[in-house]
Amino acid sequence: MTTPENFPGEQDASLELAREFGLAEREWQHVLETLGRAPSYAELGVVSVMWSEHCSYKSSRVHLSRLPTEGPQVVQGPGENAGAVDIGDGFCAVFKMESHNHPSYIEPYQGAATGVGGILRDVFTMGARPVASLNSLRFGRPDHPKTPHLLKGVVAGIGGYGNCIGVPTVGGEVQFDASYDGNILVNAFTVGIAKTEELFFGVAEGIGNPILYVGAKTGRDGIHGATMASAEFGEETESKLPTVQVGDPFMEKLLLEACLEIFATDCLSGVQDMGAAGLTSSSVEMAARAGNGIELDLDAIPRRTRALSPYEMLLSESQERMLMVAKKGREQEVFDICAKWDLDASIVGRVTDTGRFVCKATPNYDPFEDDPGSPNPVVVVDLPVDLLTDEAPKYDRPQKTRPDAPTEDAPDEPPPADLRGEMIRMIGSPNIGSRSWIWRQYDHIVQDGTVIRPGDGDAGVVRVFCEDEGETKEKFLAVSADCNGRHVELDPYAGAAMAVAECTRNVVCVGAKPLGLTDCLNFGNPEVPQQMWRFSQAIDGLAAACNALGAPVVSGNVSFYNETDGNSILPTPTVAVVGQLQAPEHRLGLGFRNSGDVIAHLGVPSRGVLGGSEWLVQQSGRVTGASPGIDLDAEAALQHAMLELAQKQLVQSAHDVSDGGIAMCLAESCIAHGLGAVVSLPASTDAPAHSLLFSEEPSRIVVSLRSADVDEALAICKRLGVPFETLGTVTGHDLEIEGICSVPVGDLADAHATALDAIVGESH
Amino acid sequence: MRVAVVQFPGSNADWDALHAVRDVVGAEAWYAFHKDTSLGSPDAVVVPGGFSYGDYLRAGAIARFSPIVDAIREFAASGGPVLGICNGFQILTEMGLLPGALTRNAHLRFECRDIFVRVENGGTFTNTSQGQVLRLPIAHADGRYQCSGDTLTALEKNDQIAFRYCTRNGDAPNGSPANPNGAVDDIAGVYNEGKNVLGMMPHPERASEAILGNDDGLNLFESLRRHLEQR
Repeated sequence: MTTPENFPGEQDASLELAREFGLAEREWQHVLETLGRAPSYAELGVVSVMWSEHCSYKSSRVHLSRLPTEGPQVVQGPGENAGAVDIGDGFCAVFKMESHNHPSYIEPYQGAATGVGGILRDVFTMGARPVASLNSLRFGRPDHPKTPHLLKGVVAGIGGYGNCIGVPTVGGEVQFDASYDGNILVNAFTVGIAKTEELFFGVAEGIGNPILYVGAKTGRDGIHGATMASAEFGEETESKLPTVQVGDPFMEKLLLEACLEIFATDCLSGVQDMGAAGLTSSSVEMAARAGNGIELDLDAIPRRTRALSPYEMLLSESQERMLMVAKKGREQEVFDICAKWDLDASIVGRVTDTGRFVCKATPNYDPFEDDPGSPNPVVVVDLPVDLLTDEAPKYDRPQKTRPDAPTEDAPDEPPPADLRGEMIRMIGSPNIGSRSWIWRQYDHIVQDGTVIRPGDGDAGVVRVFCEDEGETKEKFLAVSADCNGRHVELDPYAGAAMAVAECTRNVVCVGAKPLGLTDCLNFGNPEVPQQMWRFSQAIDGLAAACNALGAPVVSGNVSFYNETDGNSILPTPTVAVVGQLQAPEHRLGLGFRNSGDVIAHLGVPSRGVLGGSEWLVQQSGRVTGASPGIDLDAEAALQHAMLELAQKQLVQSAHDVSDGGIAMCLAESCIAHGLGAVVSLPASTDAPAHSLLFSEEPSRIVVSLRSADVDEALAICKRLGVPFETLGTVTGHDLEIEGICSVPVGDLADAHATALDAIVGESH
Repeated sequence: MRVAVVQFPGSNADWDALHAVRDVVGAEAWYAFHKDTSLGSPDAVVVPGGFSYGDYLRAGAIARFSPIVDAIREFAASGGPVLGICNGFQILTEMGLLPGALTRNAHLRFECRDIFVRVENGGTFTNTSQGQVLRLPIAHADGRYQCSGDTLTALEKNDQIAFRYCTRNGDAPNGSPANPNGAVDDIAGVYNEGKNVLGMMPHPERASEAILGNDDGLNLFESLRRHLEQR
C-alpha cells in the first residue's frame, strides 16, 4: 500500500494543524495509532469533518439511543437520509428536520435558503416527492439591532428557495428571546411522499458499480462548514463568510425532477446527497451502510473553479449535488435523463470490497488549464471507512444538574391593573401576534393541495396525490413544528415532553392522527456539564412523551455549540410531527365559525402557574418561575378525545392553549373569522385572574361546537376521562370574559395583524 | 376539451394546472416539454406558473428561447386559446404575445395570499364571468404590470384589460393592499387583441375546487369550454 501524499504546497499534518481543524489531542492520537503513520493533509481534513460533532454525533449518540424509534407504522427509522411512516395503500410519508443555525446568523438569506435546499434533498434522495415544508425560527429580542436584518433575510431566503422549487411552506413557528441574540435558530422541515417499495437508500452496494456525480459543479464554498457548525461563535465569526454556501433552487428543481425520473428506471443501487462535509460524508456514509469501500477519482470531479486541491474537493459544501451508485452497465440511462434536464453527470469512482475510502488525484492537474496534461494520479487519501464512522469518537460527557432550578412560581410581578389593555398588548406582541408577514412570503398553496393554510389551524394540512398504475388516491397529511425553549430551560425533561405534546396536540386539533416525529435538538456547548445535563434530560422527556403520545422518532438532527461568547441559547429541542386525516371532512380550523355555537374547554383547568410564560417574561424580562410540568397520561387521553371528536365531526373548531395562555387562545379563535364570544374561565382555584388568563400549562384545548352536539361530545370526553366544561357561546363582536374584561374583537385583530410591524416596518 | 400544459425547466405550477383542467374540469390534458417542438394538437394551451430558468436574468426572459415557443406562437396566431398564469404571463409578455411587462412587486417581497379581481372584459376565458368579482390567490414576486401610456390607452380602447385588482366589494383598490403589487391601473390580467391569449398574475387553477375553499377560478375554464363548444 502506498502512503497517501500531500499535494504541492500542503502542510504536513501535525497536532497543531489537527487542533486548527477542530480535533482534540486524544482524537489526533487515535488517528496516529489507527493508521500507524501521520495522515496526509487531505486525510486530516476528512477525519476532522467526519469526526466533527455535526457529522459524528459524538456527544449525543449515547443519549439518542434512548429515543423510541419503532412502531407498526414506521417504515424507516433514524440513520437514513430521512425517516418514513406508512400512510396506507403502499405509500409512505418521508420527512426530516434539520438545523442551519450558524450559516443563517452569518448570512441570513443564503444560510436559510441552503437549509431549505438541504432538507429538500434529504427527502427526495429517498425517492420521495416533497409535498410540504415547515420552519421553526428563533431570533433575539425584537428590539435587538440585528433582529430586523436577520428576520428579513431568513424569511426571504426560505421563501426564495422553497417558492422557486415549488414546495409549499405551510406553517412553522417563530419566537423572539434574548437568548438567541447572538445565535439564531433556523430549523427546516420537509415531508414528501413515496411508494414504500420504491424508497431509495444511501448505500454503496455492488462491488465494481460506478459512482456518479450529478448536479452542480464543485467550488470552494462551504469548506469546513460542518466544522463551523460544531464550534461556538465568537467575535471573529463574521469573518467566516466563505464557509457559508450559496444556493441555486433552480438547479435543485432540475435535480429533483431528474432524480425522481432516474429512480423510476431502477438503474441505481444507492444514492445520497452531498450535504454537510460534501463528497466526503456522502461517499463514506454510503460505503459504511453497505459495509463496502469506495474509490474516488478526484481528477474527474466536475468543478467550477481553478486549481482545486483534493482537500478542497473533498470538503466543499457546494450545494445541489448528488452522488449515485449505478448498477453496472446502466450508467447511460442516468446520463440520458440528466441530459434531458440539462444536468452534468460524471463517473467519479467505483464501489470496492476493501472497506477503505481511497481517493486519487494528479498533483497540479487542473482541467481549466489550456494543456492540463494527462492525469497521473497518486493516492491522497486511504482511510478505513470504519475509522470515519463506527469508530468515530463517542463521548458520554459529564453532566451537572442545574443548581438553581426554580421550584416556586414567581409571585413578585404585580397583576396588571387594566386587563382589557393587557389583552390587546399581549395579542399585539411579537411572540403572540400574527405571523402573516412571514408566511405571505412563502408560496403556501403551490401543488394545489393546501387545505389548511398557515394561520388557519393549529397545523398545516395538505392533500397529497398518491398515483399508482394510473389510479390516483388523495390523502391528507397534517404537519406542525413546535418547541418552547423557555419551558425547557425551567425543566428540560418536562419542557421537552411539552414540545412533543404541543406538536402532537396541534396535529390532533386539525383532525389528524400523529404518525411519527422528527427532531432538531438545538443546545449549547456539550462540553459544559450543565448543558449536557439539559440535553440528557430533554432526551428522556422526548422519549417519555413520544411513547405516551404514539409518535416514534424516525429522523432528526443535533445542533450543539449554539452559544456566543459563552452565552448559551435556551435549550431548544424542536420537534415536528406528521399526522394523517382519515377524511378531509375531519379537518378543523382554529377560528370560531358560527354565532350561537357553544365554546367548551377540554382538559384540566389552569392552576394559574405562570412559570416560563410569555406574560411573565414580558413583565420580568427573564425566563423564570416554576415549570408548569406535564401529565402525559392526561395529555394522551385529551388527544384521544380530541381526535374522536374531530373524526365524528362533533366540533366546529379546535385550538390548543399554548403561548399566551387561554386568553390568547380565545382571542385568536375570535379574530380568525371576526366573531365575538361570551365566556367564563374554567372552574379552577382562586388564582388571580391574570395568572389564569396567561398561564401556559399544557394539555388544554378550546373547541366550539353546535349546541346539538354537546351531549355526545361530553359523553366521549367522560368515557375517556377528559374534563369537558362549557365556557360560553360564540356571539357578538366582543370577547367578553365574564367578571374579568371585555374587548372588541376588532381591536384585538388590529393589534394581532400589526404585531411584527415594530420589527419589519409596515406590513402592507 | 384537449389541453396542453407547457413544462419549462423550473415550471412548478405545472401540476396545479394539469390537475385543475384534467381532474377537476375533466379535460384531456398532458404536459408539453419545452424541448419538444409540437404541442400535440390541443384545443387550448396553459403556460403555467413557476420559475422558468430560475427567473434568472428576468422572469420569463430565457423561456422564450425554448424550442416549444414557436409552436405556442403558431397556435396563438391561429386563434388558439392560450392562458398564461403567473410565470406563464411573464413568459407571454417576454415572447411578445402580450403587451407590457411584469416587474418586481412595489414592496419588493414575494407575496402569497387571496386577492380580489373584477372581470373587466369578456374574452375566451372570461365570457361567463364578465362584471363579476372573483377571489383568487396570488403567489409572486414579480407581478407588477407595467406598460407605456400609449399601450395602456390601447388596452383600454380595445377592451383588452381582463382583470383589475379590487376590494372584496368590487371597488377600486386605492393602492395596497387590494392592489398587491403596485400594478399600473390595477391591472391583474390582459388579453391580446384577438382575446384568445390571456395572461394573469392570480392563479385560477389553485382556486377551482371546493376542497381548497374556493372555486372562483373554475369560471375561466368554463368560459373556455363554452368558447370551444361554440367555435
